[in-house]
Amino acid sequence: MHKKTLFDKIWNQHVVSKIEDGPDVLYIDRHFIHEVTSPQAFDGLKKRGLTLFRKEKTIATADHNVPTLNQHLPIKEKQSRFQVDTLIKNCKDFGLELYGLGHPYQGIVHVIGPELGITQPGMTIVCGDSHTSTHGAFGCIAFGIGTSQVEQVMAAQSLLLNKPKQMRITINGDLPKGVLSKDLILYVISKLGTGGGTGHFIEYAGSTIRNLSMEARMTVCNMSIEMGARGGFIAPDETTFEYVKDRTFAPKGKDFETALAYWKTLYTEEGATFDAEYHFDAADIEPMLTYGTNPGMGVKISKPIPSSNHESNDASFTKALNYMELNKGESLIGKKINHVFIGSCTNARIEDLRIVANYVNGKQKANHVQAMVVPGSKIVEAQAKAEGIDKILAAAGFELREPGCSACLGMNEDKVPAGEYCVSTSNRNFEGRQGPGARTILASPLTAAAAAVAGEIVDVRDVI
Amino acid sequence: MEKFKNINSTAVPMPMENIDTDQIIPARFLKATTRDGFGENLFVDWRKESDGTENENFVLNNDLYRGEILIAGRNFGCGSSREHAAWALYDYGFRVVVSSFFADIFKGNALNNGLLPITVSPEFLNQIFELIESNPTANFAVDLEKQTFICQTAALETSFEVNAYKKHCLLNGLDDTDFLVSQKSEIEVFEKEHVIA
Repeated sequence: MHKKTLFDKIWNQHVVSKIEDGPDVLYIDRHFIHEVTSPQAFDGLKKRGLTLFRKEKTIATADHNVPTLNQHLPIKEKQSRFQVDTLIKNCKDFGLELYGLGHPYQGIVHVIGPELGITQPGMTIVCGDSHTSTHGAFGCIAFGIGTSQVEQVMAAQSLLLNKPKQMRITINGDLPKGVLSKDLILYVISKLGTGGGTGHFIEYAGSTIRNLSMEARMTVCNMSIEMGARGGFIAPDETTFEYVKDRTFAPKGKDFETALAYWKTLYTEEGATFDAEYHFDAADIEPMLTYGTNPGMGVKISKPIPSSNHESNDASFTKALNYMELNKGESLIGKKINHVFIGSCTNARIEDLRIVANYVNGKQKANHVQAMVVPGSKIVEAQAKAEGIDKILAAAGFELREPGCSACLGMNEDKVPAGEYCVSTSNRNFEGRQGPGARTILASPLTAAAAAVAGEIVDVRDVI
Repeated sequence: MEKFKNINSTAVPMPMENIDTDQIIPARFLKATTRDGFGENLFVDWRKESDGTENENFVLNNDLYRGEILIAGRNFGCGSSREHAAWALYDYGFRVVVSSFFADIFKGNALNNGLLPITVSPEFLNQIFELIESNPTANFAVDLEKQTFICQTAALETSFEVNAYKKHCLLNGLDDTDFLVSQKSEIEVFEKEHVIA
């Protein structure tokens, strides 16, 4: 008998119908929306005279544009304010509850979904944001969509999709000291490349993955898109069930038991086959850094910047190094940096903030460094304060801001100045991503915290 | 969506690989609430120097290269899911993007906006780049019905794949929303029978 993958099980469960020689109509369980990729979709609905087909399955928040200081005041920047106001108006017009500024649930879409228990195993989840793959940590088929598709989900709670190919990435063994799940995924991306997962949906498996917390799993799945993958997920297990249980919107009592029985059927059957398989050994992973202008251009901290990259021709590779003002063969250790950004849907959860606080406790950031910590949500922010993380950060000279996407993409005021280096826990080191001319070095929260204290890049294994 | 019409045009070469959607349209220009006008800021950080003057070395600022076809290095459109990238290319005047490899979300967004992504072999892509380098006014013909991409002057020709459903949508100016809305009763039946969450 044909053995099923986890992907097959969830996908098949959600196929409404199949078009001959065409895509499947796939049912969507949860739709997250935010201010940047939704206004044109709401407009489309209005023009077609349609309502939101399933508003109870639609969750709205404001995150990309919001300031991270003085969120109680009106947004200063005119266009950002207009876009956030447009979301408020659209939610009102369509009868949708909004977790906007001032709401205790506000935060980055991919942080609030899981922490509120909205994200549950076996779901199909979409959002007009490529890092929707984050929700895959719960065993969900979760992926980013364009605005036309946002409109389609609003209109019919479904999408027309071709089933992608399937890839499994298995990582076994214990992560070495100082190596976090961020390093793990940067390592995998450096091996497969920024286009290595294109056309595929990835299942992460193996003992290393099993031993990760939910927060750490979210970091891994979050960056699936940085390999070009449609999404990436992890089969749910006791760690998952324990995390979801008792969360605000998780099923309760008997409903939880029913859901749990279903969730336990969500795994890839022994002997199921994949279109592509990769195996890695956790012992080979070191703290990772990026040196170029895409997330595939990553290197182990102990290694020099390579002289080529398998995905880039000479012109593209040279352009990337020129932009970064870095040289082939150079070590990044000792590189002076001026900015540290700890935040984004990749690394702005409570566990990330704990890692940073634990390291910087009793230490002081270097004078020339601006160190910004932006929590992923109001809930993370409140938790950090309850645990005294805010005081530890303040004493170390780190600035704890209010939640939002912030300097990951610099749509608000949080930008890195042209020509300056930023060690960032975010997900993309593209040219200009953190502001025109900004130079981004992607790293784990621990490596970022250590860089802020030292004022330069250090190998965390030497300082912990 | 407008119907896709066959194209006969010169092409703009951009051999850079892994061109991400942050380059196609930087995040700070995503604040508009309509689909219009994004062409003005297409590749803006490559088109303009930090002082706002034109970067003479960038292909879009070179009068030699014009046309409705963009020829790009592999893995075009990687990164963010922003549909604004497809809107910006279309608004600027491009109707076809040719590469040896496209990022998934970009490809879907392009098809949903009447911008045709054509995937060719890496060898063929190199031939196109070489041809344009020697003859910037070389003309290319795109026939979606026949699924062919041809340069008659150089006897360069290839066929390309396109999903049959999407081809039908492009040729007739139809979009997925119309189709899905027509399926609502079937979706409601599915919800009653299947949906757990």
